[in-house]
Amino acid sequence: MALLEVSNLDVRFALRQGEVRALRDVSFTLDRGERLGIVGESGAGKSVAAFTLLNLIAKPGYIAGGSIRFEGSDLARMSSRELRRVRGNRISMIFQDPMMTLNPVLSIGEQMVESLKAHRRISTQEARAIALHKLKQVYIPSPETRLDQYPHELSGGMRQRIIIAIALLLDPDIIVADEPTTALDVTIQAEIMTLLRELCEKHNVGLVLITHDLGVVSQMTQRTLVMYAGRVIEQGPTREIINDAQHPYTQGLLNALPQMTTPGSRLNQIPGSMPSLSNTPSGCAFHPRCQYRYDATGQPRRDCLDQVPEFVTSGNCQVACHMVRDMLAKEAS
Amino acid sequence: MNAVATQASPATPTSSATDSLLEIRGLYKHFPLAEGFLEQLRFEKGRLVRRNDSVHAINGVDLAVRRGEALCVVGESGCGKSTVARLVMGLLSPSAGEIRYDGHRIDDLRGKRLLPYRQRMQMIFQNPYASLNPRMTIQQTLEEPLRFHHPEWTTPQIHDKVAEVMASVGIDPEWGKRFGHEFSGGQRQRIAIARALAVDPEFIVADEPISALDVSIQAQVLNLLMDAQAERHLTYLFITHDLAVVEHFGTRVAVMYLGTVCELADTRSLFARPRHPYTQALLSAIPRLEDNRPEHVRLSGEVPTPVHLPSGCVFHGRCPHVTERCRQEVPQLIATDDGNRVACHGVEEGRL
Ligand SMILES: Nc1ncnc2c1ncn2[C@@H]1O[C@H](COP(=O)(O)OP(=O)(O)OP(=O)(O)O)[C@@H](O)[C@H]1O
Ligand SMILES: Nc1ncnc2c1ncn2[C@@H]1O[C@H](COP(=O)(O)OP(=O)(O)OP(=O)(O)O)[C@@H](O)[C@H]1O
Ligand code: SF4
Ligand code: SF4
Ligand SMILES: [Mg+2]
Ligand SMILES: [Mg+2]
Repeated sequence: MALLEVSNLDVRFALRQGEVRALRDVSFTLDRGERLGIVGESGAGKSVAAFTLLNLIAKPGYIAGGSIRFEGSDLARMSSRELRRVRGNRISMIFQDPMMTLNPVLSIGEQMVESLKAHRRISTQEARAIALHKLKQVYIPSPETRLDQYPHELSGGMRQRIIIAIALLLDPDIIVADEPTTALDVTIQAEIMTLLRELCEKHNVGLVLITHDLGVVSQMTQRTLVMYAGRVIEQGPTREIINDAQHPYTQGLLNALPQMTTPGSRLNQIPGSMPSLSNTPSGCAFHPRCQYRYDATGQPRRDCLDQVPEFVTSGNCQVACHMVRDMLAKEAS
Repeated sequence: MNAVATQASPATPTSSATDSLLEIRGLYKHFPLAEGFLEQLRFEKGRLVRRNDSVHAINGVDLAVRRGEALCVVGESGCGKSTVARLVMGLLSPSAGEIRYDGHRIDDLRGKRLLPYRQRMQMIFQNPYASLNPRMTIQQTLEEPLRFHHPEWTTPQIHDKVAEVMASVGIDPEWGKRFGHEFSGGQRQRIAIARALAVDPEFIVADEPISALDVSIQAQVLNLLMDAQAERHLTYLFITHDLAVVEHFGTRVAVMYLGTVCELADTRSLFARPRHPYTQALLSAIPRLEDNRPEHVRLSGEVPTPVHLPSGCVFHGRCPHVTERCRQEVPQLIATDDGNRVACHGVEEGRL
């Protein structure tokens, strides 16, 4: 059994204008020590997926169906007391905005000691020693003095490092990181990512990394999940997806990168833009933008317009596309 | 040997007889720190003193944009890229230095005398959400600059021009009746580009025009900018922090750090052989799709704030090749043997 097993998640936001279906039928697993990337464009539902993993979806949002099994027990059905034992302890989260984690009125040391003592029966002195050790692990210069500093006294890169230290504080099994470096500079970003990967490898911590940057996914993860309009449309080993994407949208995303064409020539653009989740197209949500939605005679394929594609297996990847399904079937016969 | 290498010192760039459309010389911009009088008072050595700090956003920039090229400016947040753009567009005035457009000084022009340049130079901003007036229809948004710059035009003339520019950037004429907020980020940026192109400019300053957009939309907008360049012989000053975009789009690249240019090179040679240690670190930090990439250059420390500039080389606090000279002496942009320019003592001394 996988450490984390997400099945058929369905998350909705009940808004006055109507219901927004933010996640539909999202399923994936994460093994101990595995690093998984979730990619997709803005509004695809990546952050909702991250929040849902910790059952942090708040009104008007709710989990309408599916399960999030962590070591067998379903986070979607846990009491808030049980949830508190998992959150921050067994599964910790790094938010895009550091100030979602850091309390501005407490010193770094106070916050770290407080969360340690909330989960473990230890003395303040012991907690401080652990906090210091964690700060050293993320290469914070002069960690002793940092313990007494306040969040606003630190630079963005330093803050994000401290947040990683806090995420690691209780030796979690999984870290969920939602775009942990988008607010940072390129050179600092690279440092933080390398650090995060090294620490996960060293301590066998699983990572769910949310990003829109395919380069980051490529450097950081072993498996990748591609989202479009609230659904997973392709998942598999990162290398296979980067080198040999199957789904037309994943192919389109990769091909649109400037490095995929010779400098100065036109880029391979995907026409149109991602639909809003309150108004997703019928059938395959990608169909209005997909160049493969026509059959051999040039007629639009009915299944692309009417039917949500099921997953088919291609190599080690799962792909939700009618065209890919047909090609595989043809190959097999 | 390349001609540029034998040129005189970079402090005195050759005059406007060159093919430069825009020339920036010795540019400085300081912003006074926005503090009230009381906050400026400090207690030092037993008495009150008034400290008037300022942000040293631009600290001696020399740069020329050649006719027909896309000069990309890259660098980390706060290094002064947008400030350069705003100074060039006359939205800010320099603390020192001069800016010449087509041989004429424009940094000291005001009002009516700036008007002709306002038409020849257009700017595209990063945030497609803020750059369109929400109370105007798209048609009004596109008509406005035409009415301003061509008061003598008749309404049919203006309508024709708007229709033409809409067609050239692929805007559905039906959009004209709608308002800015009804469009997605990519569509809004398309409208902003149409607005900039409506007055037939020759020079476009684009400040992170695609950074706020998704990958698939970035490609659409970048294609649009490249098409416009080819069709209209535009010159670009293109600001971005995305090096993949620079490699694709840029003719030359200026790398900035803390308000100074640390390397200026043609795009291909910059990517093939970055010379300045900061450029090297920046290039190695791009997350690549390939998995067999070399480790990135690890820098120590953080980007200093431009309030108290470091002495000597502004990069010395993070540079793996720092020496005592670097801490004291400001390196000048000097020509290298391949005709590019680098401001680094290590390169000059031949040890890098
Ligand atoms: N609190 C909320 N109330 C209503 N709708 C919401 C809420 N949070 C998310 N949504 C809906 O869910 C969709 C997906 O949002 P989400 O934040 O997961 O996107 P994302 O993939 O993380 O995008 P980005 O890359 O921009 O962060 C949004 O477009 C929005 O329609
Ligand atoms: N109007 C202003 N008043 C005071 N300081 C300013 C002002 N505009 C810019 N600055 C400061 O000048 C420096 C350079 O800013 P600038 O916006 O040019 O950077 P940038 O390179 O465009 O950064 P980014 O990549 O984040 O857009 C920064 O330290 C900034 O805080
Ligand atoms: S299912 Fe049809 S529309 Fe969707 S990606 Fe596949 S071919 Fe394109
Ligand atoms: S001048 Fe010195 S400190 Fe600055 S980049 Fe060159 S070697 Fe590094
Ligand atoms: Mg998000
Ligand atoms: Mg800027």
